[in-house]
Amino acid sequence: MTPTVNTAAALALGDDALVLSHRLGEWAGHAPVLEEEVALANIALDLLGQARVLLSMAGDEDELAYLREERAFRNLQLVEQPNGDFAHTIARQLYFSTYQRLLYAQLASGDGDFAPLAAKAVKEVAYHQDHAEQWTLRLGDGTDVSHERMRQASEALWRFTGEMFQPIEGVDIDWDGMRAAWLDSVGSILRRATLPLPEGPQSGAWTAGAGRQGLHTEPFGRMLAEMQHLHRSHPGASW
Amino acid sequence: MATAAAHHTARVPADGPADEAARTAAYEAVFDAAVAADERIEPRDWMPDAYRSTLVRQIAQHAHSEIIGMQPEANWITRAPSLRRKAILMAKVQDEAGHGLYLYSAAETLGTGRDELLDKLHTGRQKYSSIFNYPTLTWADVGAIGWLVDGAAITNQVPLCRCSYGPYARAMVRICKEESFHQRQGYELLLVLSRGTPEQHEMAQDAVNRWWWPSLMMFGPPDDESSHSAQSMAWKIKRHSNDELRQRFVDICVPQAESLGLTLPDPDLMWNEERGQHDFGAIDWAEFWEVLKGNGPCNEQRITQRRRAHDEGAWVREAAAAYADKRADRTEHAVGHADEHSDGTADENGKARA
Repeated sequence: MTPTVNTAAALALGDDALVLSHRLGEWAGHAPVLEEEVALANIALDLLGQARVLLSMAGDEDELAYLREERAFRNLQLVEQPNGDFAHTIARQLYFSTYQRLLYAQLASGDGDFAPLAAKAVKEVAYHQDHAEQWTLRLGDGTDVSHERMRQASEALWRFTGEMFQPIEGVDIDWDGMRAAWLDSVGSILRRATLPLPEGPQSGAWTAGAGRQGLHTEPFGRMLAEMQHLHRSHPGASW
Repeated sequence: MATAAAHHTARVPADGPADEAARTAAYEAVFDAAVAADERIEPRDWMPDAYRSTLVRQIAQHAHSEIIGMQPEANWITRAPSLRRKAILMAKVQDEAGHGLYLYSAAETLGTGRDELLDKLHTGRQKYSSIFNYPTLTWADVGAIGWLVDGAAITNQVPLCRCSYGPYARAMVRICKEESFHQRQGYELLLVLSRGTPEQHEMAQDAVNRWWWPSLMMFGPPDDESSHSAQSMAWKIKRHSNDELRQRFVDICVPQAESLGLTLPDPDLMWNEERGQHDFGAIDWAEFWEVLKGNGPCNEQRITQRRRAHDEGAWVREAAAAYADKRADRTEHAVGHADEHSDGTADENGKARA
């Protein structure tokens, strides 16, 4: 008999994808160039697809997305951070897609509940990381202005990266190896982009591992208010 | 199938008259014959200047409509009431960006680049479809746009798949396939609302009430007031008159509205047995001209957002261009000094250009 899916793990991975997809969706109509309208929407759609599979492993996707309160969400604080300028969005993409690629690659090679999803998603996420890498290079090694913006963005989001390596119960991968591989990959991309590896701590004192325990940052509540308002305004309705 | 170049050569008489005017007349005769024979005009074929400028104007306006049209729908992406609807809406808005890309490329084959066209949009020298100057006030507006606005667009655009200009016609084939999916999702969205709670039904009816008349205006002014129509019909850029297409659209929508359980807000709408078509009420053309002049509910908002996205993205586009230049320099440098270490080369160039 197959053991039941680890619901908490499905929520953690699913919420990451759901929340980042939402943030990327906010770019629609605001991207710096038409090709990026297509690319950002594409990444958002991949993530939303992943979120729907994962949330459905934990329950009803819409109930979980629309009817949970902020404290019940298990996503990383990194993915809920506001878009900021394009450099901030790219830094968030670089950090998260590198993490997700390493995570899904390991899950795909195993035989756990997440293996079938991970096998498909790892290909999508490889594209997400490539997109983030290309833009990190362009911005870091582009003009003085873009270099400075990308440097600031990579530093501003650095303190949200430590949380990614807090083991998720029910996700059996090599978490220690994960941190080293992530640092290696991100460090190499930043170096090629002529950007310094940020120096500060990768997590604040009280926030370490907080998103996974339902402690979020202030902008997240507003994001959920917007995302959930229509659904909640019509209790029980079908859409 | 002949290439564009061969096509060009085949159409121009090799022993044509040397005299410039006579030569132009000969080219024109070949062009006219090709249009008359329903052949496609390709980018490298000779074409009258006015044909080229009419096409650039029309394709640009269409491209601009796609990218401005993203705004009213993107307005609901963050509030879509289910994850399924959110995925459909994001995919639709993404398709519109893609349509913008094909269409700007089609215009480019006529010698006018995307930057120039965007500049004309941003400075108000070129227009986009006035329909997007109306606001999306409720979720049902997403459905009404799909059903009515995309439905009207398809009615307008299907004949463009047979347009005399090849690249535009081919772009339209792909666009129409995707628009047809958009129209169906809009219809289905409204159907669910119409059959849902009383509040949802009311939301759907309200949206249809607001979008019906502006959708009829999408076909342009009545035939006797349409300034570009006659020449465009002769060139087979346009295949049917504004009024013909509008009538076709009304006839398609009436039974669909019945299936939806929604009413169209026109007391004069009724079947005319004699004509075999529906009669419908008078369109408020004063409103149409006002919105076209810039006095619609969202003209200012739409163009301001477009300009802001463009201006705020300038540093990103500049960075991409600078990076591409550096890479080109490095490649050149690396080819010249194959024995040097590539990282060292890159650093030197980076510093030199900083």
